[in-house]
Parts: sequence; structure tokens; C-alpha cells
Amino acid sequence: MFSLLRSMWLIFLHMFHKRDTYQYPEQKAPLPARWRGRIALTRDPDGEERCVGCYLCAAACPVDCISLQATEDEHGRRYPEFFRINFSRCIFCGFCEEACPTYAIQLLPDFEMAEYNRQNLVYEKHDLLINSQGKYPGYNYYKIAGLAIHNKDKGDAQHEEPPVDIKSLLP
Amino acid sequence: MPIIHIDNKPYEVKDGKNLLEAVLSLGFNLPYFCWHPALGSVGACRQCAVKAFRDEQDTKGRLVMACMEPVRDNMRISIADSDAAGFRKHVIGWLMTNHPHDCAVCDEGGSCHLQDMTVMTGHNYRDYHFTKRTYNNQYLGPFLNHEMNRCIQCYRCVRFYKDFAGGKDLDVFAAHNHVYFGRQQDGTLESEFSGNLAEICPTGVFTDKTLKQHYTRKWDLTTAPSICQGCGLGCNIIAGERYGSLRQITNRYNGDVNGYFLCDRGRYGYEFVNSKERITEPLVRHYPGDAANGQPVLHHVRNRMKAGKVIGIGSPRASLESNYALKELVGAEHFYLGISENDHELVSLMLKILQQGPVRAATMQEAAAADAVLILGEDLTNTAPMLALSVRQAVRRIPVQEVVSSIHMPAWQDAAVREAVQESKGPLFILNVLETKLDELAAGAYHTAPDNIARIGFAVSHLLSGQVPEVTGMSDEGKAAAQKIAAALKAAKNPLIIAGYSSCNEAVIKAAANVAWALKEQGIDAMLSFTVPECNSMGLEMLGGHRLDSAIDEVMNGNAATVIILENDLYRRMDQHTANHFFDRCKDVILLDHLFNATAERANILLPAATFAEADGTLVSNEGRAQRFLQVFTAAGSMQESWRWLLQIATLNGHPVLQHLAHLDDIVVAIQQRYPVFTGIESLTPPADFRMAGQKIPRETHRYSGRTAMQANLHVSEPKPPEDEDTALSFTMEGYRGEPPSSVIPFFWAPGWNSVQSVNKYQVETGGPLHGGNPGKRLIEPKVNAQTKFYMEAPQPFLPLSGHLLLVPVYHIFGSEELSVHTPGIAERMPAPYIMLHSEDARRFQVTEGHLLYFTDKGHQYALPVIINDKLQKGAAGIPVGLPHMQVAEAPQLVKI
Repeated sequence: MFSLLRSMWLIFLHMFHKRDTYQYPEQKAPLPARWRGRIALTRDPDGEERCVGCYLCAAACPVDCISLQATEDEHGRRYPEFFRINFSRCIFCGFCEEACPTYAIQLLPDFEMAEYNRQNLVYEKHDLLINSQGKYPGYNYYKIAGLAIHNKDKGDAQHEEPPVDIKSLLP
Repeated sequence: MPIIHIDNKPYEVKDGKNLLEAVLSLGFNLPYFCWHPALGSVGACRQCAVKAFRDEQDTKGRLVMACMEPVRDNMRISIADSDAAGFRKHVIGWLMTNHPHDCAVCDEGGSCHLQDMTVMTGHNYRDYHFTKRTYNNQYLGPFLNHEMNRCIQCYRCVRFYKDFAGGKDLDVFAAHNHVYFGRQQDGTLESEFSGNLAEICPTGVFTDKTLKQHYTRKWDLTTAPSICQGCGLGCNIIAGERYGSLRQITNRYNGDVNGYFLCDRGRYGYEFVNSKERITEPLVRHYPGDAANGQPVLHHVRNRMKAGKVIGIGSPRASLESNYALKELVGAEHFYLGISENDHELVSLMLKILQQGPVRAATMQEAAAADAVLILGEDLTNTAPMLALSVRQAVRRIPVQEVVSSIHMPAWQDAAVREAVQESKGPLFILNVLETKLDELAAGAYHTAPDNIARIGFAVSHLLSGQVPEVTGMSDEGKAAAQKIAAALKAAKNPLIIAGYSSCNEAVIKAAANVAWALKEQGIDAMLSFTVPECNSMGLEMLGGHRLDSAIDEVMNGNAATVIILENDLYRRMDQHTANHFFDRCKDVILLDHLFNATAERANILLPAATFAEADGTLVSNEGRAQRFLQVFTAAGSMQESWRWLLQIATLNGHPVLQHLAHLDDIVVAIQQRYPVFTGIESLTPPADFRMAGQKIPRETHRYSGRTAMQANLHVSEPKPPEDEDTALSFTMEGYRGEPPSSVIPFFWAPGWNSVQSVNKYQVETGGPLHGGNPGKRLIEPKVNAQTKFYMEAPQPFLPLSGHLLLVPVYHIFGSEELSVHTPGIAERMPAPYIMLHSEDARRFQVTEGHLLYFTDKGHQYALPVIINDKLQKGAAGIPVGLPHMQVAEAPQLVKI
């Protein structure tokens, strides 16, 4: 009898509590910046694709829902020829983001991806690529890697000496 | 056998080895860079440091480099010792100070020895914060990519390229911390073995350029054990596929055959599989009055076969299974070997010599251990490249043995032994029409016409055995050569005699057999090695069939209505006129092949045949070794194995034998029962129902990626993966993860060893056979006690005929093979058509270099630009064989100019 009354009292008190329910979709829940939602491919500070097609995201993916093909431009810069994520398989674990050596693939605080047709959950590169640096502004992989690309020759990367003159005998 | 104590546990090891080999053979993980089982030790990288202790009381010990330390009984070492481990970690740290932070864009990543060793030593974080040294790269041709920044100065590349493979144009330049590995200037690497640098280099300085066009990591490839189709040697390869195209060929270690290396034709000649010229769907060409479209193609085939007599033409580049199926389908009396008259004569003679003679055919590794070599009429570098690499090793055997016994230095002490050996070489004699790349190693190289080569061979065998009659009318030069060769061979213990198809001369083959047999008679353990033109030439010859000429006669006489051609371009087997005539007279031509070629143009029905990458089958190599290649991936479209097409046709026709066969195992057993010469091919690979721990062997690695996305663009639901009903392998990543039987190893991988160096874990000892024995079965063994029947008739000497030239074939590693030229890189290195003349002949016909020489053969006009070469026999003319756009002029033959 007492416990019954106590329960009713507690429920009555809830009328005066702050509401926890968001009136979605009119009202959106605030998501933290590192919330693992929709996956995007970001760009480097120069506006170029960050993805170099190293296949590490695909290898890290526990459900194998990423597939891509690397290719390169005439100056040796690598980029993905196609990049496909099957979001109907994705479990949003974020391993791909952790594996990415160039900060290209990032999980964004956005979950509004539902589709009536499952086929529409297959995202190609033009669906994934965004015009932003995402969570890691300023990072440019090719500025650090020793590979020569257009407008960045050998020795132009950070902490690099100019190329060795192999004909020189000086120490 | 000495006992060594590793971390206080005793182990038995093999004497004469170095500590690193011993430790790796025992299964320990010890990092190394500069050592390679085929190249020996130089102690350059300081990576394999271990602690050695004087005795049980010694607790302090000293660091030694395992690769430079011979094993001794009661040796005490420690691998786990903290000093040794710390030293190894620091050495990696130093090597990495200049490493360019580009694994993500490096083609080696995922199969990189440097990555593996860095992880193994525990060097996780870079603690060097100063600048990095950089280098400019070089253009090295169509096969290899150069990225010098990644170099760790282990010297493996130059040691392989110069010391092992005899290359001239790769070297180390500059000094101190600026050493540079490359060419003197940009340009194509000349060696035919340059592709091995991609595997030899422990990091990504040299990487496979054809792989770069469609780059895929090793873990993403679907791979299967395969056999190279480039020549008759049967090198073992691993072929890898991704997204439905063949991506890469890598070496598959076989201790008896190719060992650690491949030639560039074998490594890069795979791109025909991805060619736009592929026949992907069956095609029925109608002519007026033919029945309706829409019928299954097999009904068309059956209707055409009903019309009249059917003959079948086999192929030396098709598997044994396919040739057998065709032979059964059309009947043995209607089966013709799809090879030229010349090739047939030569290969059948070789087969007879090996089957009935007392001398055995050498494996490639036995050839590398020969102590004297005689090459008769063969430019090995262009006709059987890997055998040329073996001969290069054989030439070093005697001097190395001498050094080992005189300065008491083990043979694996590479730098010291090379220093002591200097330029001394073992006996190698080459008799060939032209100069060859091996001439530089030869104690004697003679260039003369094929008939004269055979005469010298006969003279040598006369000097060795009284049973062979003397060759009359020898020149003084020839006599001297024969004496020198005979003396050298007599002094040897395991001499090797090499001859083959490129001289196109039966007498040369007979002479080689005579020499080997004469040596055998003397009690010398001689070996023979014959090169054959194509990957299954030997198998086809063992299967047997009628000559191609008889097939032409059958058709010309109107006896045969329908011709079934198996994986063969008849325009490469006969001259254009005969071929055109032949096809004009055929009522129906049914072709099973991979690519649209001249023959496909003339066929009424085309059936898309799977290439080696999409098929299972068996090939017999030049030494009579039957080897199985397994399917890498299921082909798009209707492509399937030729034998499967033929079995389906047979089932539709109600063939009494073939209709009961469905799978690879069935057909292999049927071959064995029908032809006892192939006994044993059943056990080349485990049967289809073979399971390890109840599971199949996966073709894909455990890291294989993209399963649920790669076909999602077509449909979001994944299709059922293809099943392999023919072999013990599966097309998926599910299956047994341990070490499979040696004949079905789809890829080499061991925990912590992602690169090709993981092959150590699959060997009984480093550089030794694979666990369970090297794959393949030799079908031809010599008759040990056979009565030697020497060939008695030496040919007449070659005399130049005025107004005529003797056309001799010149083979090119890049160009002479039919399928490999579809690789753009190989096509780039192919020579343009030419005719090679001696300068005196050129003067005789009033032409100079670059002029066109006109001649007519069988009513066909030829016009070829002239190249002058004074090494060529006067009165002979060399013409390249097999080049596309080069019409077939039968060689050797005399033509009137």
C-alpha cells in the first residue's frame, strides 16, 4: 500500500521536472563534435581531395563496407578513382577514421540518412566528398610525405633537405 | 649436427649454415635486411644482432651479427636479450630517420619487409626531429617505379642485379650518407630480370609499375597458385585479382624450379588477361540459310559437328585437360597437334631422348649447381630466361668451391667469396648462331651456322666416346673448339648440356644427346636440358597426335568439314598463304580462344576460353614436370575453361567417355587412365573434397576488404560468392588459416611477416624445399640401364649458296611470345621487324644498315630493314620470330634474294 502511494507521488513530482524528450524533427538534439555519424571525405587546406587511396579504411572496416580503387594523376598524386561506402552495412564504429593516415575520412555528427530504398544507402565518391577540412583543419598529408606531386618537388616537404647532388663529393 | 643454445634451450641445426639461417629455419623471428637466401650475407645492415656467450658462465656476452656468424657446436646465443633487442630497435630507428612518411602512397605498403621489421623490433615512434635527406628519382622503363627516398641502403638491389643476374646498368653512386641506387642516367633497365628488384628490395624503392596502373594492396588480392605461361620452363607464380581483373604476378617459391626469381616476361606478361581484345561471349557467325538466332551456342556447335567429319587441332599453350578433351571428342585419329612441323620434329625428338636415353633432364636448380655447361644453338636469355639465370649461377660453382676450400670461408660469406673469386669462372661453352648475353661468361663462345654447331657437338661426343664416328672435314677452328669443350666436360662431375628449339635443327638436339650420353658412358653424371617453345609443348607431345600438315591435307582434300581449333592462332603456325587457303577450304571453323586474333577472324563459332587466371589445368614443363595451375577468379561473361566447353559439347553429343566427366578431378583421372605416361598427375594438387580442419583453403587473406561494398553499385544485396567445385580452394576469405599443402599455397603470409620474405616460414630450411616437398611431379625419368644408341650421322657443313640466304630464327624475350606482347610495357620493349645480315652479305646484296631487303617466299613478298651484325655466320640471315606484324617466313630455310 505504502509503495503504491510512493510511486504515485514520485510520478506526480515528474510533472515539475525538466523535459528530456526532444520534439524531433522540429527540435534537434545537440550532438557532440566527435559524434560518430555520417562518413564524409574531406579536403585539405588547398581544397584538394585528402584521400590518397591507401586502402587502410577498407582494411580496418569490420563489416567490409568500404571499397575503393586508387589511381594517380600525371604528377603522381594519388586519389581514389571510385570510393564507395555501403551505409546499409556500416555500423558507424569509426575504425576507418582511426585508420586514415591523412584525416580524409571523417565521421560527422549527422545521422539523418534513412532511406526507403536500401540501394540509396550506397554512397559513391561524389556523395561522400565534402567541401571542408572537417574536424582536422590545417593538415595536408602531401606537405609531410616525401612523394613529389604537382607544385611540390622533392625536398619541398616539411623537414626536408634539398635533393642530394649525387655527383658531389663534399660531406 | 651441431647443437646451439638459444636463450638457454638446445636446438639441433645444420652444419655450414650461418646463425641467421639457422635461427630462421628454426622458426624464430629475427629481423634482417641485407641477407637473402639466394644472395648470401654481407653484414651491411646490422639488423640481425644477437648476443653470443662464451660459455654457460658468461653472463655479459657480446653482440654479433647473426648473418656473419657460422654455427658452431655448443654455441650459446640469446635473441631475446635486452641489449640485442635494444640494439636492433635503434638500428631500425636510424634507418628510419630519412624514411619519407609515405606508406599510404607507397605500393610496397602491406607487403613491406621494412614495415614488418619495424613492427617486429618495436620501433613505434619517431624520436628524430631533424631534417630528412631526399633524392630525385629516375625513369627506369615500363616495368619498375623508382622512389629513392625510401631507400635504407641495404645494397640488395645491386647485389641481385649485378652480382646475381649479371646486369650492367644499375649501380650504387655517390658516397657516405648520400649513396644512390640507380642508373647512370634515366633509361630502361636492360636486364631481363629487373622485375625481381620489386621483390628483392625490402622497401618501396623499386615497385611494380604495371601494378601501379591498377594498384591493389596485397591483402586485397584474390590469389591462387599458378604456372607461368611465358615459356616452357614452368616457373611457379602467384597471380592476384581484384575487381575482376588480374593485377599482379609474383614469384611462388619452388625449390626445384624457379627458386626466388622470375623473368620480366613472366612477371609482366599477364596483361592479355585484361585485354580489350578478349572474347567474352560466344559468337556465332551466320551465313545465309543458317538456322535462327537465339539457340544456345552449343546447339550450333552440335549442328556443325553433325554435318560431316570433324577434326580437332590442339595447342601447346592449352592445358593438358583441354587437349585431352578435344582429342577424346574428335577421336584420336582426328586429333592434330597445333604446332609447326619444325616444332613437332624437335619436341618429339627431345621427348624421345629424355624418355629412352640414360641421361636425366635437369631441374632449374640442378642446372644452377652444374659445374660445366655446354649450350648448343640456344640464346637462353631470350628463349628460356630463367635457365640463363641458372647458368649464371652454375658458372660460379667451381671457383666458389675452390675458394671455400682454400681460404676456409663459407660460401654464404658473399662479399669475401666474391673478392676471392674475382673474375674466375667455371667452364661454360656456347655455340650459337649469334652472340648471346651469356657469352661474357663463356670460356669459349663460337658463332656459326646450326649445322656447324651440330658438327662440333658430334665431334665432342666422338672425343668422349669411341662409339660416335669421327666428323670428317672439320675446320681447324672447329677441331680446336671440340677438343677444348671435350676436355672441360671430361673434368666435370655434373656437366649440363643445353639445347633447344631456337636453333630449329634436329642435328643440334642429337648432338647434345650424344654429348650427354657419351659423358654418362664415362661415368660422369651428366644432365640434359632442352628448351621447348611453349608452356605445354612437352605435354602436348606426350599426349600425341598427328602433324598439322596432315590436318591441312585433310581439309584441302575435302575430307574434313568442321575444324575445332583449341587456343591456337594458326597464322602463327603456318605462312599466311597456306593459312588463308586452309580456312577457305574449311566448311566450319569452331575456335576456343582468349583473344581476337587472325584465326578468330576466320572462325564461324567463337567460344570464349578462360586464360590461365580463370582456369584450372595442368602443364608439363621442359623437364617433364607436370604442374597444376589453379583458377584465380571466375571470369565475367561466359568465359570458361576450354575443357569445360568441350565436355559440355561432348555431353550434348552423347560422347561415351566425356559425358560422364564434369570436374577437374574427373578429367585428370580419365587422362591418367587413358595415357599411362601421365600417371601421377592426379596427385599434383589435393582433390576437390580435400579439407583442412573441415575447411577449404581461402584464396583471400583474412584482411580482405570491401566484400559488402564492391558490388553494391550494381545491387546493394551481396551476391552469393562463387563456389569452386574443382579444387580444394575457396573464392572467399573463409577457410583454413594455417599453412596449406605446398602445391596449393595461394599466398605467402605468416604472423608478423606480410612481405614475400614470409616464404621462410614455408620452407623446411631457408632456401630449402617447401614443407611437404616442392610441388610438381616429374613424368619423364631416364632409363638408367638403357643401351645408349648414339646418333651416328653428323650433318654436312654449312656452305653459303650464292644468291641465297639461310634464314635463321632470332628469338626475343619481349616480342616472340604470342600473349605477353599484349602487355603495353612488353610491347614497348619489342624490337621492330628486321633482317640481320653479315656485312659481307650486305655488300653482296648491295644493302646497308636501314635499307629494305626484298625477298619472296612462297609467293609472299617480304621487305625488311637490314641490321648488320658481323657475329652472324656469312650466308645466314637472322629474322625475328613471332613479332606481331611480322609475317611468318618459315625458318630455317634457304631463300633466294
